[in-house]
Amino acid sequence: MHIPDGFLDAKTALVTTGLAVTGLGFALRQVRRELPPRRVPLLGLSAAFLFVAQMVNFPVAGGTSGHLLGGALVAALLGPAAAIVVVATVLIVQCFLFADGGLLALGANVFNMGLVATLSGYAIYRLAFRLLPGTRGRVAAIAFAGWCSTVLAAISCAGQLAWSGTVAWHVALPAMAGVHMLIGLGEGAISALVLVAIARTRPDLLEPAPADQPPPDRLRGFVLLGLLASVGVAVFVAPFACPWPDGLDAVAAHLGFAGQAAAPILPAPAPDYQMPGLGSPLFATAAVGVGGMLVVFALAILFSRLLVREPPTPKSPGP
Amino acid sequence: MTKPAKNPAARWPAAVKVAGAIGLVLAITLTPAPRPAWFGVEAAVLCLVLIAGRVSPVVVLRRLAWLSPFVAGAALAAAWSPHGTDWRILALRSGLCLATVIILARTTTFGDLLGVLRQARVPALLITTLALMHRYLFVLRDESGRMGRARSARTFTRGRRFAWLAAASVVGQLFVRASARAERIYDAMCARGWTS
Repeated sequence: MHIPDGFLDAKTALVTTGLAVTGLGFALRQVRRELPPRRVPLLGLSAAFLFVAQMVNFPVAGGTSGHLLGGALVAALLGPAAAIVVVATVLIVQCFLFADGGLLALGANVFNMGLVATLSGYAIYRLAFRLLPGTRGRVAAIAFAGWCSTVLAAISCAGQLAWSGTVAWHVALPAMAGVHMLIGLGEGAISALVLVAIARTRPDLLEPAPADQPPPDRLRGFVLLGLLASVGVAVFVAPFACPWPDGLDAVAAHLGFAGQAAAPILPAPAPDYQMPGLGSPLFATAAVGVGGMLVVFALAILFSRLLVREPPTPKSPGP
Repeated sequence: MTKPAKNPAARWPAAVKVAGAIGLVLAITLTPAPRPAWFGVEAAVLCLVLIAGRVSPVVVLRRLAWLSPFVAGAALAAAWSPHGTDWRILALRSGLCLATVIILARTTTFGDLLGVLRQARVPALLITTLALMHRYLFVLRDESGRMGRARSARTFTRGRRFAWLAAASVVGQLFVRASARAERIYDAMCARGWTS
């Protein structure tokens, strides 16, 4: 999902850089205020860990292989603000040392993978974990959060490409969201497996250090960061899916046209995000999105039952 | 990529190189599609830097070829959309930008880059994190390789499901070891008088 240089126009690059710098600056302030000094080196080590973890291959069918993206996993392990710093660090090093992801697109990449993926992953992980307690719940929550964060980051990326005029929205959204709905399944599975592996040896690492930070303050910071990310995504996606100013008709025409112009890239069960029998395309898109989420949520719960056999007692002896 | 480069360009001030690279990437991005001649000018500037800095063009081309699947995939998506930018212009643009960043990385050490960030008043916490990451990146990469080797020496591979479990346990162990190492590093940093 690393956007290379040349695919974003100046306007998009400027806006995403502004959003990324604001978000990263805020996260850094948050981390400096609440992270005990003892854990400062953990940020750098976690960034190195994430970089190396992304190089470990997981074989998929037909000789291809996938790898961990890690936004949701790092957010679940370290908390949202630290995760933003860690993922941004990885992206900066990938950009400058390995030319992976563009220089001017760095802001967009930090926004998509550093802010959107980590914040959404963290929020969904906490929410799902509250619903489903125990080790099983934790595993199901991370699997679900991994999928959601991947898809959301991909939608944000598609919005930026379309906003730049590089790829038309009706191609970018189905291509990016469709492909990443599949990639997200792998991401969720890998995140869950890694979490189980950590829980087996060091279950204490999974408990975020509650030691010396005031909870209301953390919540406020998280809400502010979340607002920033949501506003950003809204900026990129709203011009195409906006139900305000006379936009609904335009969207209908847009999507109707899309059905004829672009051949479906993936044989999706609900092509072009429209379910037959539902009037508004916006509503249909939302319905397909919610349907997909419910299916993946059920899959995540099933997966956690397969992985964690013992009754949900988190204390298991390390090998 | 990260070892100290032996070319003259390594001695140029890093801030100038970074500013130049950003300026060039900006110029390439802003070049209007109907004026392809400007891409020639920008490519000529790149070639001049290449010659003046005595960077081996083979190395740049090899890195470019290694990275081109990213560009090709995105250009393919652009070719698919009828109203998007011409995919050939896109491929040219991102190829030139990639070459710029590769040449920057070949001629500037990571320490110099961190110095530029420090001059630009980037928060110290981010610079510490970047420095630590760069320091331990290769250590952890080697550690992951060793763990993978040890695992394949100890166990028989029984299909894809097992390979996933094995890879996931390598990643999980890597995090456990990274956090244990972070504790030791903190003690070492304190022993050398580090304050946040």
